[in-house]
Amino acid sequence: MMSVERPTRTPIEIEEELDGDLGAKRMVVNFGPQHPATHGTLRSVIECEGETVMNMDLEIGYLHSGFEKISEYRLYNQTVTVSDRMNYLSPLCNNVGLSCAIEKLMGVEITPRCRVIRVILYELSRIADHILSVGLQAMDLGAFSVMLWSFIEREKLYDIFEYVTGARLTTSYTRVGGLMRDVPDDFEELCRNFMKSARRTIGEMEGMLNENAIFVERTKGVNCISREDAIGFGITGPLLRACGVPYDLRRDVPYLGYEDYEFAVITEEGGDVWARYRVRVREMYESLKIIDQGLKMLPDGPINATLPEVLIPRKTESNKPKGGMEGLIYHFKAFMHGAGHGVQPEPGEVYLATEAPNGELGYYIVSDGTQKPYRWRVRPPSFYNYQAFPRMCAGEMISDMVAGLSSLNIIAGELDR
Amino acid sequence: MSDLQQRALSAVEERFGDDFLGADSHAGQHWAEVKRDRIVEVLTMLRDELGFDMLTDLTAVDYLDKGERERFAIVYVLYNMAEKGNFRVKAWVPEDDPEIDTASNVWLAAPWAEREVFDMYGITFAGHSDLRRILLPDWYEGHPLRKDYPLEGHGERHDFERYRS
Repeated sequence: MMSVERPTRTPIEIEEELDGDLGAKRMVVNFGPQHPATHGTLRSVIECEGETVMNMDLEIGYLHSGFEKISEYRLYNQTVTVSDRMNYLSPLCNNVGLSCAIEKLMGVEITPRCRVIRVILYELSRIADHILSVGLQAMDLGAFSVMLWSFIEREKLYDIFEYVTGARLTTSYTRVGGLMRDVPDDFEELCRNFMKSARRTIGEMEGMLNENAIFVERTKGVNCISREDAIGFGITGPLLRACGVPYDLRRDVPYLGYEDYEFAVITEEGGDVWARYRVRVREMYESLKIIDQGLKMLPDGPINATLPEVLIPRKTESNKPKGGMEGLIYHFKAFMHGAGHGVQPEPGEVYLATEAPNGELGYYIVSDGTQKPYRWRVRPPSFYNYQAFPRMCAGEMISDMVAGLSSLNIIAGELDR
Repeated sequence: MSDLQQRALSAVEERFGDDFLGADSHAGQHWAEVKRDRIVEVLTMLRDELGFDMLTDLTAVDYLDKGERERFAIVYVLYNMAEKGNFRVKAWVPEDDPEIDTASNVWLAAPWAEREVFDMYGITFAGHSDLRRILLPDWYEGHPLRKDYPLEGHGERHDFERYRS
């Protein structure tokens, strides 16, 4: 057995500050990793003077699960299940992003129907993520009912996801070149029902918060970050758009045919918690617009590209005697180990990013021509967003830090991977 | 090849002739391969003169026994806000001296990404002000994303009993 010392990580030494004038001396406060306001396993060691944050050391990695290492030992389609577990508020976004990256690596073109279904589910996930984020942001500032309303809407969304994919959270819905299965017949009706209630709920949330003196006071001008710093830190998503930078990969580097949809890239000025809240709320309306257009244009046709050697055949096709031998052969081909079976991209590498609810979710995949990725790297938006947090908090009150942290919407699953 | 990528490639080639090792592409994406010695200059030039104002990602790849130029490659994914295009730079790092200069003075985004590369690959970044492990605990031994680090066995929770007491 290896000799293991107790972890000693904190560079800031805790001083004995309990005698004398507390306000004048610096004090070190440990925040998390099990604090309810951290929404996950985040730890920060805060050096403060009175209640003012002077310096902060962030410690992450409590939820590290070695996803990148595990994925190097999985077949390409199996890595979709790993991607579920990263941003657990919007797992479908991770699925879609990963499949798009592998398809780009292989040069596979997906069918129009598959593309539209992916867009609809992507935007539904974005609403699920944003609505919960706004709800929790309000909860951290004392408006508890908003959180409950947001949970009700999210629950309806998760019902749709469960109906479509078979799981609420671990959706694993996409496959290389297509989807696990087609959406059910009443998918459109379900989405339309949800859109109606979501529009009402988001309106109610806005009505509760927009002119709420406590909420406005505690968010405006809090946790600011400048445009230049935000770009330098690699901050993406709603946080960057809250600084007035119209950076949205759906429009800038279109994928999945996003150029066919009409939507606005939402920006706000200020770069504070209020601007982030406004960006998220307004983006939900844009997502509703995209879903509406997607449902209208949803074409008929196959959901899978015609790549029988690569696609996993449906169970009914391969198992039933009527499915014929071909289904069975392709099933073997998809899962057999060795050269020439299943998904096997040419040697090469690709970086493909999609606009996930939290920002740029990039996949950097290196193939060495075998059935397993040689390198499977995720560029998690939370990782880069969270790095800037000490800069945002410097000189502010500890209580504002809580407001700031919930506005970042850090998801520990993708932060630590 | 997009105009931006073309310009970036020829600028790197022109300015850093000796350190420029070549260009490569896959699936319509192009990148430049450079020696590690003047990587900070390469990145600074790309930022200041070609407008790559955002470091989207910084990561590494371990090409153990793959017959590549060196064992490790540090990959910089850059993005140009104004022209909406990205570009990659790959710097090769040898196995016997795994060190490269830090990019933290070029982009604020670099420190954590470099800490992760150090954590997972054991590549050190000269000039980094705070090069500690980031995802794994400080007392951890080994660098798990190296290809010679096994998936199972090494580094599993051998200390689990100890913490339970």
